[in-house]
Amino acid sequence: MDAAGFCTQTRVLIVAGKGGVGKTTVTAAVARMAAHAGLDTLIVEVEGKSGLGAAFGRDDPLTYDEVELAPAIRARTLTPDDALLEYLEDHGMKRVSKRLLSSGAIDVVATAVPGIKDILVLGKVKQLERAGTADLILVDAPAAGHAVTFLTSAAGLLDAVRVGPIRAQAQDVMDLLSDPARCQVLLVTMPEETPVNEVAETAFKLEDRVGIALAPVVVNGLYPPCPGLDEVSVAAAAEAADVALLPGEAEALASAAAFRRDRMALQAEQVARLASALPLAQLRLPFLFTTELGLHEVDTLAAALASGIEAL
Amino acid sequence: MTAAGGLAALAGSHGVVVCCGSGGVGKTTTAAAIAVEGARRGRRACVVTIDPAKRLADALGLAELTNEPSRVEGDWPEPGELWALMLDTKSTFDGLVTRYAGSPEQARAILENRLYRNIAGALSGTQEYMAMEKLYELHADGRFDLVVVDTPPTRNALDFLDAPRRLTRFLDNRVFRLLMMPTRAYMRAVSVATQAFLRTISRVVGGEVVADAVAFFQAFEGMEEGFRVRARRMEELLADPDTAFVLVASPRRDAVGEALFFADKLRESSINVDALVVNRLHPRFGGEGGQLREGAEAVRARAESLAGTPLAPFYANLADFRQVAEREETHFAELAARVAPAPVARVPFLAGDVHDLDGLTAVGRWLFA
Repeated sequence: MDAAGFCTQTRVLIVAGKGGVGKTTVTAAVARMAAHAGLDTLIVEVEGKSGLGAAFGRDDPLTYDEVELAPAIRARTLTPDDALLEYLEDHGMKRVSKRLLSSGAIDVVATAVPGIKDILVLGKVKQLERAGTADLILVDAPAAGHAVTFLTSAAGLLDAVRVGPIRAQAQDVMDLLSDPARCQVLLVTMPEETPVNEVAETAFKLEDRVGIALAPVVVNGLYPPCPGLDEVSVAAAAEAADVALLPGEAEALASAAAFRRDRMALQAEQVARLASALPLAQLRLPFLFTTELGLHEVDTLAAALASGIEAL
Repeated sequence: MTAAGGLAALAGSHGVVVCCGSGGVGKTTTAAAIAVEGARRGRRACVVTIDPAKRLADALGLAELTNEPSRVEGDWPEPGELWALMLDTKSTFDGLVTRYAGSPEQARAILENRLYRNIAGALSGTQEYMAMEKLYELHADGRFDLVVVDTPPTRNALDFLDAPRRLTRFLDNRVFRLLMMPTRAYMRAVSVATQAFLRTISRVVGGEVVADAVAFFQAFEGMEEGFRVRARRMEELLADPDTAFVLVASPRRDAVGEALFFADKLRESSINVDALVVNRLHPRFGGEGGQLREGAEAVRARAESLAGTPLAPFYANLADFRQVAEREETHFAELAARVAPAPVARVPFLAGDVHDLDGLTAVGRWLFA
């Protein structure tokens, strides 16, 4: 499969993963990959807080109004409160919506119907999907356990609310989430013990409870190979290169080499554990030693992602 | 006071330690290691964890959610003890309702209400509030010299500070309180606008939902004051000089950004960061007091000048780690300056996850060295 094919499998791609695994970076990389393949992307950020702008070299936070982060890449926030207000306004309740918010009554309603806000966010995503607002809509899902709640709330609400427009909305959301031609989830993890356990757990929950299609799992932060560290000792290498090392230098070189070898072995072990725990193809992304995350690095990751997809 | 001595002193002297920071930075492990250090110093220490990785939970004897601390056996000097508890939000909340209810009937009416069950299970901020409640309870009950609490990973890591206030505001909800008034006052007070407003809510989410809410607020009547007083006491405990805040971060740029934000917010709430812990630092290899003082760039240049020799990859690899270490150092310095004069502790990248007391002791060697 090529990058364009991957990005057009479904119009909605939800990126999910625990905090610290690089979910936002992966979101940015997918958007760039899509842009390079000639597709335009809308990134929807649902927590109102994200480093997404920084990945594109922008300091200002994202807003409810779309901004262009790069050619063919737009982004906006869509927080639960945004979605709720918009829903009320769309349903002829513009006049009371402010009061619902300021009186706190909305908190009571949202608590009485848990998941209502998540459904409204996803309902809005569905609306954007139906309107064909972009070739690809990337949803930067909430972190960690929140992602499961976020994606399972529609199923839960269908059980709890019997009638009315909210039920219809939940049904629409379920239709979107469970249709592998319209929507899939891209899970992101790191080659470490806890993230591997959690991503497997999340994957099974999503499959069982929502029947949502899972894209290959992204394993982020793998040390790239550094050939030549294993064959010889530092001392032998120095002798062969005819270099006299300073005191302490051999130890520093050797311990850095050992550190990399050990970490790479640990990572390989976790990648294998992930493969046996979760029967999904893996897209592996390198750890970037060289620089801070910026557009250049996002492009490096986008290229790695694209070649991983081609090898699928 | 050395940096490390500062954190050890904190485990040895404070009554309450709150570990805060964004998700995935090692908060739970840090909290547990601080409690272990307290026990090692002969204190009766208890750690409240929110969502520990399974193997750590097992090591601490936390097979399931509990509402009561369980004792962790270890070789602590007298009278040191280590206890641990994995927060059960719902039963903590149930306990609070039972405590403040005027009668068993009132408690039952609340506990059985559907809206209450959602509040206890799903209202954002409830977990934070209950973490604070548990902290307060354990601190007040006198069995422990040190209570360490891990805060939930939330969208906004400060939620736990606002949680008591937010919940009391929720319980105070005016629109629904109007409906609780006796019939005649109700007729007067519930204006046409309010009725229209409630009809609107009913239309969207169904009448049952509104009925549940009304029943909940009716059942809750009279208990708000108890909750308010409790919330005020929790705020006092957080502001008490005997309570220390430990900010936990990792040196990645995004995590540092969140930690900086967090430090500023704490300051706005007049809370000092008493210590900073930075986890998962990459080693610099030979840079500390060693002969190899050059920066990453010089090491990289050396690798290039040796290209083609078997020594080149060793320098290239060292340059990689130097580069990461330098970047992390910049982030670390920015964060340390922001929380100055708080002591800082650095914990390097560890080979694997921490799953047992030995692992916690190993982390402790970095935290309290």
